[in-house]
Amino acid sequence: MTDDIHALSGAYAVDALDDLERGQFERHLAGCAACRAEVASLREAAAELAAGVELPPPPALRGSVMDAIGAVRPLPPTPVAPVSTGDGDATGPGDTRLPSPRVAPGSTGPTRWRRVLVAAAAAGVFSVAGVGIWQARDDGPAPTLAQQVLDASDASRASQTLQGGATAAVVRSPSLGRAVLVTTGMPAAPEGKVYQLWLQTADGRMASAGILPAGADQVVVLEGDARTATAAGISIEPAGGSTQPTTEPIALFSFT
Amino acid sequence: MARFSVVPSGDGSSPEGGAGPVTPDAGETLADLLAQAARGDEGAFGVFYDRTSARVHGLVRRVVRDPAQSEEVTQEVFLELWRQSSRFDPSRGSVLAWALTIAHRKAVDRVRSSEASRGRDASYGAAAVDVAHDHTSEAAVGRLEAERVRRALDTLTDAQRRAIELAYFSGYTHTEVASLLSLPLGTAKTRIRDGLIRLRDTLGVTS
Repeated sequence: MTDDIHALSGAYAVDALDDLERGQFERHLAGCAACRAEVASLREAAAELAAGVELPPPPALRGSVMDAIGAVRPLPPTPVAPVSTGDGDATGPGDTRLPSPRVAPGSTGPTRWRRVLVAAAAAGVFSVAGVGIWQARDDGPAPTLAQQVLDASDASRASQTLQGGATAAVVRSPSLGRAVLVTTGMPAAPEGKVYQLWLQTADGRMASAGILPAGADQVVVLEGDARTATAAGISIEPAGGSTQPTTEPIALFSFT
Repeated sequence: MARFSVVPSGDGSSPEGGAGPVTPDAGETLADLLAQAARGDEGAFGVFYDRTSARVHGLVRRVVRDPAQSEEVTQEVFLELWRQSSRFDPSRGSVLAWALTIAHRKAVDRVRSSEASRGRDASYGAAAVDVAHDHTSEAAVGRLEAERVRRALDTLTDAQRRAIELAYFSGYTHTEVASLLSLPLGTAKTRIRDGLIRLRDTLGVTS
């Protein structure tokens, strides 16, 4: 992210991005509530422009359209989303910064993570919002699992801004039982380390949900059952990953 | 970054709300009609078509320019709106913006793909004359609305207005807009965004 990606919101709203930029911006949108709201409002403004160019189609087109829809079934509705509020890009206080790896083996574990979670929640680090402010677009290829989660109408999202402006958002769909991590602008992990992903199970254990692939902007489906998980986290671990977190999390996302 | 809450700017039934001009006093909102369509009510979709087709077709025609292709794209758009009718979420914006977003995207896709296949040859340029705007008959309500939009456009700087017109009505990417207006790379997107924000605020489409 050399440029300020937020500045693409206007061009995105009027389809003035090339395919590459559009993909980048849509990944950014998944984790940026402010941009989603802005795109929605700018699309309303752009739609007003069309008022100046109204032109009724030839009358015969109506018959063609009605014939065509008779041969196609409307898509089923997506499940009703729970009401959620808040903007999803809260910037957390101290504990969302990328830590220098202050590894303290033996002193970490589920209990400690829970404490961090509780403290962070109390500090208002988390906010959850419905995802998918941008409306469903026309159909393309069959959506990937990640896209299905991002588009799910029951998807909720918790996002954080990390040190250096990187963002990480976890989008979870209870109906699909999966969660997706969307990162933008992630710096490379320290030499010999990886970003490892975690889901906290209902009994408080941290279960590995995979390793974040290298690269600044990623969309990754977390391994494991996100339906019953109570939180997700990211920690810096030795290459190859750990069976349990050995460092303090750089990001935590509470589902409760 | 400031937060904005989106207020639907018109659903087809409010006289001043950017609605379709044909039957502004019909009791059902566009959202109602769409909900009925989602349950398979073709008649309701026909009414929806009657109230939105001038807006959709006008936009498509302005972008695509070729009349026959514009009709094709307009039909594709309405088929898509029918298919997606259950997926519209009123909490995320107005029906009209949703429909026109889909229409604009399809129109732009058509222009870019046909240009790619034609290699931007001269015959395209010859065909690409400006579409005459139909302000004559059906668009009485539309005329008032158009006047409101024209006044809002007047509040933009020339550079903002030209950048938006090239992007929205001609379907150019912001990079192409920068080149067409001899702007430094990266500045066209800023003009587009600033101009749209100004339009939005002037037209009062959000609170």
